[in-house]
Amino acid sequence: MDFISSLYYLRVVKSIQFSEYRILDITRLLCNDVTMWDYSDRVKDAFLHPKNVGEIKDADAVGEIGSIICGDALKLYLKIDRETGKITDARFQTFGCASAIASSSALTEMVKGKTLDEALTVTNQDIADVLGGLPDQKMHCSVMGREALEAAIANYRGVPVAKKEEGRVVCKCFDVTEEKIRRVAMDNHLTTVEEITNFTKAGGGCGECIPNIETILQNVWSLKPTEKPSKPKKLTNLHKIALIQEIIETEIRPGLQADNGDVELIDIDGSRVIVALRGMCTGCMMAAVTVKGIQAKLRELVSDDITVEALQ
Amino acid sequence: MNTVYLDNNATTCVAPEVLDEMAPYLAELYGNPSSMHTFGGQTRRRIEEAREKVAALINAEPDEIIFTSCGTESDNTAIMSAVESQPRKRHIITSRVEHPAVLNFCQHLGRKGHRVSLVPVQKQGRLDMDAFLRMLDDDVVVVSIMHANNETGVIFPMDELCEILKERGIVMHTDAVQAAGKISIDVRKLPVDMLTISGHKLHAPKGIGVLYIRKGTRFHPYVIGGHQEQGRRAGTENVASIIGLGKACELALQHLPAESAYLSGLRDRLEKELLQSCPNTRVNGDPSRRLPNTTNVSFEYIEGEAILLRLNEYGICASSGSACTSGSLEPSHVLRAMGVPYTAVHGSIRFSLSRYNTEKDIDFVLEVMPGIVRELRELSPFGRNDAACSRDYASE
Repeated sequence: MDFISSLYYLRVVKSIQFSEYRILDITRLLCNDVTMWDYSDRVKDAFLHPKNVGEIKDADAVGEIGSIICGDALKLYLKIDRETGKITDARFQTFGCASAIASSSALTEMVKGKTLDEALTVTNQDIADVLGGLPDQKMHCSVMGREALEAAIANYRGVPVAKKEEGRVVCKCFDVTEEKIRRVAMDNHLTTVEEITNFTKAGGGCGECIPNIETILQNVWSLKPTEKPSKPKKLTNLHKIALIQEIIETEIRPGLQADNGDVELIDIDGSRVIVALRGMCTGCMMAAVTVKGIQAKLRELVSDDITVEALQ
Repeated sequence: MNTVYLDNNATTCVAPEVLDEMAPYLAELYGNPSSMHTFGGQTRRRIEEAREKVAALINAEPDEIIFTSCGTESDNTAIMSAVESQPRKRHIITSRVEHPAVLNFCQHLGRKGHRVSLVPVQKQGRLDMDAFLRMLDDDVVVVSIMHANNETGVIFPMDELCEILKERGIVMHTDAVQAAGKISIDVRKLPVDMLTISGHKLHAPKGIGVLYIRKGTRFHPYVIGGHQEQGRRAGTENVASIIGLGKACELALQHLPAESAYLSGLRDRLEKELLQSCPNTRVNGDPSRRLPNTTNVSFEYIEGEAILLRLNEYGICASSGSACTSGSLEPSHVLRAMGVPYTAVHGSIRFSLSRYNTEKDIDFVLEVMPGIVRELRELSPFGRNDAACSRDYASE
């Protein structure tokens, strides 16, 4: 690994921490919200004057997606001509925000007059396009439209009620399966967890499943695992020293300083790292534990054979 | 289109009297209060007058008041000061329904090695005092619990909390951003150590906050630099805003009793008639211990963002605890902590009033709201038959 890539590695480590920090901020409340101004005129219009609202009592097909707990749900009703296989009427009932209602309205207008196979070519991106685009955080509304359509057509064709898609549930907060994440990622060329959250909501609740979503994305795009805590393979002494310095500066010292302690890097001799504890750390009963902690961190991020010693 | 502004817990308009007081200090009287010359130095006296008026609002001494840039800075400063002055203690107690200015700051300290306990609330948003008492130990460095909740208006029992903590010698901070100016606060009777006020919630401009620090409380500054605010908060004073805040506090104190009765009258009528005209509607939060200006109403089976945007079409401003308006995908942490069912959390709307609201404003909301609710319910697949609803309740 050359010096540039070791710098890149550090950047990756930092960005991962940043994303963890972001997830842990549990109460992103009443901030960064989508306001009326983020919606296109067509979304506003479809929300304020939705088309094809209501139930079809004698519908030939019904597709139901979402739940009131998740915050949005769509029930799609289709009337289908048996002769021609064309959708003659489409109506909807939606519980959700402006973009969910607008997406539902757009969907019903798009599928009317199409054969079932033609209708199935409508993608979530098509729905968003018809509406003049949706804010990133609202793309899941268009995905919900597409899913309701699939569910309705499956219902008509008598495909066994695949209400829950195959595969394990990845996001427990919003009940999103691995299969859905894979499909939406491939359909929309999504490569980051944030995009997956915008499109499926997965990872938008407690955030526990985010590492799993990362793994799924890596598999989908058969990327090598991002250099998360995987260590650089072979380091020259120079790189190792630079890396140890960087990690002590960015990972270790801030934590100790927060407790009025500190640590200073004295020397590096092969894999022996010699440090001196400062501030409240000197004479602290927990000094040995602190040194062990530093060692564990360096082993994790630099090399397995590192030992840390504290100058007395 | 007229704006009907019922979102005063988010921010308030600057009172005209306040703006008048401020104007010269944004124009010709631009001097720095720390200057030796008369031109600058004369503003110093106005700042001290403002400090007296702010102090009077909560019956404090003027030198117990420092000016900051906002409520969040005051909250962060108070907690950090308590933490820094007692480095051996590691346990921070706050509540589950706190404003992010406190909650996220405590979580941040939690990631750096402090232990954070969150006091739960009961169904109506009342603090779970038993749980609170169980959390107290010798390691507690600070307790920071809000005076009144921003989303529901529920008022916490400050007297009781402060007395308990005073007995044990534990530092108490309260975020009184929503309470100050709406209910009377007397720090001579209430043994709180630190208290936060924010200017823009009581008709002063944005960008000005207050931290009350009781005499004798150990204090470590958070913003470090010059000698301003007796070395307790560095940075050149926001002269115009400080003077504005002084006026705003004076007005708040002067209007408080009459305003409280006026606002609770408007609020109660709004609430009562909404419950009558819109079926499947409920009020969130303890109606007996609430700020006079706040009501949080859930319209079941419909979603908050959709309601807000329909209200927006009529120029009515309110806010919601629904997931779609929170910026995250999770709905209000306050309503969830209270155990409000999801069916109701998503459709929660907060109306918060100010002295500038009139009976006419309330009439207008009452006129349009039933139609909005009916239309959105017609769109919704829920709420039509009991089977569908009970299924969703049961799966919680």
